[in-house]
Amino acid sequence: MTDKIPVTVLTGYLGAGKTTLLNRILTEPHGKRFAVIVNEFGEVGIDNDLVVGADEEVFEMNNGCICCTVRGDLIRIIDGLMKRRGKFDAIIVETTGLADPAPVAQTFFVDEDVAARTKLDAVVTVVDAKWLGERLKDAPEAKNQIAFADVIILNKTDLVTAEELAAVEAKIRAINPYAVLHRTQRSAVALDAVLGKNAFDLDRILDVEPDFLESGHHHHHSDDIASVAVTVPGDIDPEKFMPWINEFTQVEGPNILRCKGILSFKNEPKRFVFQGVHMILDGDLQREWNPGETRQSKMVFIGRDLKRAEIEKAVEACRA
Amino acid sequence: MNAPTSLTSNVAPIAAEAHIVAAGFPGGVPTLALATGTVLRIVDGVAHETSAHPDAGLLTAAFDRAGVVTGGYDGRIVRTSSDGSCETLADEKGRWIDAIASSPNGAVAWSVGKRVSARDDKGRVRTTETPSTAQGLVFAPKGYRVAACHYNGVSLWFPNVEAAPEALTWKGSHLDVVWSPDGKFIVTSMQESTLHGWRLADKKDMRMSGYPAKPRSLSWSHDGEWLGTSGADAAIIWPFKDKDGPMGKAPRECGVRPAKVTRVAFHPNALVLAIGYEDNCILLCRLTDASELLVRAPVKGMGAITALAWDKQGERMIFGTAEGDAGVLTLP
Ligand SMILES: [Zn+2]
Repeated sequence: MTDKIPVTVLTGYLGAGKTTLLNRILTEPHGKRFAVIVNEFGEVGIDNDLVVGADEEVFEMNNGCICCTVRGDLIRIIDGLMKRRGKFDAIIVETTGLADPAPVAQTFFVDEDVAARTKLDAVVTVVDAKWLGERLKDAPEAKNQIAFADVIILNKTDLVTAEELAAVEAKIRAINPYAVLHRTQRSAVALDAVLGKNAFDLDRILDVEPDFLESGHHHHHSDDIASVAVTVPGDIDPEKFMPWINEFTQVEGPNILRCKGILSFKNEPKRFVFQGVHMILDGDLQREWNPGETRQSKMVFIGRDLKRAEIEKAVEACRA
Repeated sequence: MNAPTSLTSNVAPIAAEAHIVAAGFPGGVPTLALATGTVLRIVDGVAHETSAHPDAGLLTAAFDRAGVVTGGYDGRIVRTSSDGSCETLADEKGRWIDAIASSPNGAVAWSVGKRVSARDDKGRVRTTETPSTAQGLVFAPKGYRVAACHYNGVSLWFPNVEAAPEALTWKGSHLDVVWSPDGKFIVTSMQESTLHGWRLADKKDMRMSGYPAKPRSLSWSHDGEWLGTSGADAAIIWPFKDKDGPMGKAPRECGVRPAKVTRVAFHPNALVLAIGYEDNCILLCRLTDASELLVRAPVKGMGAITALAWDKQGERMIFGTAEGDAGVLTLP
């Protein structure tokens, strides 16, 4: 069985520096060969042998749910690429500035052929320090892309003052306190900051530690994307928790963009780790709790109009 | 006297050393279309290579009587004849070719995104648009007509008629399309691991579900009464003898093994189905008594069967795998 090809998804609003980052990844002397999937109306000038144009066709699954979507063109392109799998070591998918990252990410969990041959490594979002504030007001996609990110490249920091930078960072952290954030100019970032992150691997979710800035606990507006973090000391009863989380992600799936958690189950020496995208949930027992490690359960949900009090109450009711 | 249980000694191996996209016998010559862009022909036991897509690769291929038409990463549509000569039929300027189909009389159809083109035997090209990317194409068994499947249905198009294509609708993503030999039914495979069919006379829908995986290989029996399909741990064969097609009838299963079927190909004049699996095992299964013959035992590391085809007389069968193993079976 050959190893699965890692896939990095590169999102960001037009002009934020996505193509600059992509070309940096491609031209640095790392000895890796990439297949690059770009959107066909994207910025030109990708410096790579294997570049494929995609038309970003989002297909609904047949269950009638609005959040259960995949990228049909991506399934087709990956099937084509895998016929020449000796030609590249990794895949980068660049999306348009208007794209919702969810269908891209879900493709790697929903389509069995794609899931058998590739694995989603991380969603990397490039944002513009100067214009992000404006984008967050007029472009819901920009908010989605931040909420969805595992890695955020906060670019063009040379174009703003220290105060403006702090303000824009606070805005990002209010939406997504969990992504790893890098401040850059001209998208200059070390490659290992964006590649090989294994952000969707359960055994790589080591901790769920939010990076709340002082304005992190902000007020909610309607149609607002924010995160809800819950920590409960002691053990959780899996007999109560599993039915709840399944039900919760089914009902609230369209509103939940991402979730992850590390749980302490009663009479279980191992940590239970889960992560999800909308309604798709993946969970398993991972390493044992270390002696001296505080057994507690932490989880985070990033989404739209999430009811914090209800979630806290429901999790509290799952305590063993 | 008992029938032989194994035909493995009747297989002549071919080392292709690249993912095999399709295989066939144009002009009677065993021919493989390789993902590297090369067309490999076996003449008198000697392999001859033609680079149909130099420095590129090929994604899709369709065989006809005299050659193979391939669509490359370079956006070119190339016909390689059984004598090894190449002709570029169209150039889509680096766009990937999503699907290709050929007709028995030499016409070719291909799709690039939503744009579907058809080229008749005189070289005249017509184009049309489908509502979303045309993922599968097939010519009608008679007449110059093309079926293109896409998201939410199938478009039926007469390339020589100005009228917009006729729509067959069914929600979901349709991946491959076949037309029954009598012209009465259209069947598609779907992203949701089902088949969908239409009776053309009244556009009546037919649902054929229950697959654990996408049934990407569909093959009609020579008499048009059966449709063999992949996508399960056995070949699933639907009855199309009656005017209602398979509605209200259970499919037959044959070649049950603990491995998923990836390719099927009906014999051109007997009710025998060749079945290729994800572990590159191949069986022949006779429908009349469900008897099985082993063509190839699984070989570790050689990948799934990706191509399977009979010659016109039904005397030879060619196969290929994802890892470049191939061979020709000659029936005793
Ligand atoms: Zn959903």
